[in-house]
Amino acid sequence: MERIIKVTNLKTRLEGRLIHNRLNLSVAKGEIYGLLGPSGCGKTTLLREMVMLQEVHSGDIEILGYPLSSITKSQAQMLRQQWGVLFQYGALFSSLSVYENIALPLQEYTDLSEAMIDEIVKFKIDIVGLKPQDAALYPSQISGGMKKKAALARALAMDPKLLFLDEPTSGLDPISAREFDALILKLRSLLGLTIVMVSHDLKSIYATLDRMAVIDDKKIVYEGTLEGIENAQSEFINTFFKGRHE
Amino acid sequence: MIKPSSLSISSQNNTLSLAFAGELSLLQLAPYEKRLSALSSIDCERVVLDLKDLDFIDTAAALYLEKLQKGFRAKGLSVSLEGVCSAVEQTLLLVQNVKKASHEQISPKQKSFLEKTGEYVVDRVAGLNSFFSFLGVIFSTKFHSLKSLRSLRLKEIAFEINETAIKALLIVFVTSFLMGVVVSYQSAYQLKLYGANIFIVDMLGLSILRELSPLITAIVIAGRSGSAFAAQIGAMKITEELDAMRTMGFDPYVFLVIPRILALMIVMPLLIFVSDVAALFGGMIIANIDLGISVELFLDRFADVIALKHFVVGVVKGPFFAFLIATIGIYRGMMVQNDTQSIGFNTTRSVVESIFAVIVCDAVFSIAFTNLGI
Repeated sequence: MERIIKVTNLKTRLEGRLIHNRLNLSVAKGEIYGLLGPSGCGKTTLLREMVMLQEVHSGDIEILGYPLSSITKSQAQMLRQQWGVLFQYGALFSSLSVYENIALPLQEYTDLSEAMIDEIVKFKIDIVGLKPQDAALYPSQISGGMKKKAALARALAMDPKLLFLDEPTSGLDPISAREFDALILKLRSLLGLTIVMVSHDLKSIYATLDRMAVIDDKKIVYEGTLEGIENAQSEFINTFFKGRHE
Repeated sequence: MIKPSSLSISSQNNTLSLAFAGELSLLQLAPYEKRLSALSSIDCERVVLDLKDLDFIDTAAALYLEKLQKGFRAKGLSVSLEGVCSAVEQTLLLVQNVKKASHEQISPKQKSFLEKTGEYVVDRVAGLNSFFSFLGVIFSTKFHSLKSLRSLRLKEIAFEINETAIKALLIVFVTSFLMGVVVSYQSAYQLKLYGANIFIVDMLGLSILRELSPLITAIVIAGRSGSAFAAQIGAMKITEELDAMRTMGFDPYVFLVIPRILALMIVMPLLIFVSDVAALFGGMIIANIDLGISVELFLDRFADVIALKHFVVGVVKGPFFAFLIATIGIYRGMMVQNDTQSIGFNTTRSVVESIFAVIVCDAVFSIAFTNLGI
């Protein structure tokens, strides 16, 4: 199986505090991989390290064959065009409309004609389940759920192979959250994406994840499928998955 | 509806009896607290808290009763509760249990004056360092990468020119005009005493072109555009827009920082020119009204005595002031942490610091130009 992401012996320190101690995990092509753990365990930090927003202290992360510790500027720039990132609150550019947000990477990185870009943007708007008339709206004019969909459309603009999602269903009402889960599954099967997501939402975890890593007390306490979690032991797994306290 | 509560204090046989009645709650505590703390000299050995007529207490009241008992015990008195009904007892127990659980409170260590001073100095030095490293990043990698015109974001620069200059024209014009009026009016009064009316032209020309216009323009722009930079970029940081740009491979320095700095550096000299015109126009009107100097005479004299270099000296300062205002504003925006309060804090700091920096820079220019004989 092809490994899209490989994390080896990763150590992270934030302001002198050790966050990760020798993490090892790998994500295979085409799977939906979850990063789970109690709040403050550094899931989002790990995600930020994967997308090169934060520096790695020691150890290495390899993404699509590029080791991030020795990546050159131009390689990094190429890598950034091959992934999409969905931030927790969307992080749409507030000075641009939904349409312009999605069109921006296409205008910057390709020499496509306006008409072609228009085609692509409309397709992306459609595929995430937004209405064509939403395209002209600005981020301040749309709801939280629509923001996430628009941000997802922007993340998909460059037809990435790899998608990072930071708590995709947090802040959504249950119905929108389930819709979003379905959307993620649909996109995976349509576009053959590999998806890495941080999540707290049990329903979403059961509905979407193929495999996952559970981070607790600075280490990976479990990596594997949902079925195997029954045999894993950790305080977080016990309370979160099995509903047992202490 | 809140049932009123009452407290009756009586003392006999060496026993002080405090009888609470009704419903004792947070909003009614203050008067009792005052009354009982005024009860300074207690010449008895026993205190009885009579709660038999007390129907209800909330947690604040329970905490108060707890504290009251503790206070009496500390004075060596014996305290007893009487007639506690079950509802009241439950609340009292709750408070006691929670208090017990959080018994070992770690009070934050008081810092000594020396420690505070040290921390303050270290913070300041670190702040200055981080500003210089920000400047370093701009110079070393960013201006360097602008070798080709292709990498310049012309659209963004044009947008910023519109935002920072075109929309600021009116306020710069009006402020400068009024400044010209005021300076002219004040000097006219003095000059009249000597009958040196015509010298108003020399005074206005020199002071406005060389110093006042560049400064007043810089101050208006620092308050208007510098603060806007800090707030915009700070807000973008909070909404993760900056991070989103980075993950998409758009360098925020290229997209946001350089266009703003360049735009302001381009327009500042133009704004100073506008300010020159407005201020001299204001001065000229006052000279005409107050000193009877006609427009022709004013302009003739102006052409005679004011050399071009004075105008140039003023305008040349523009890009330097603009650089300071823009970099400080953007730097402050980048310093915004993940809470809304820090936007306000950093915006204020950006204005204060950039005006300060502009005045320091102006002083340096003033000394340099004077020594160079310009």
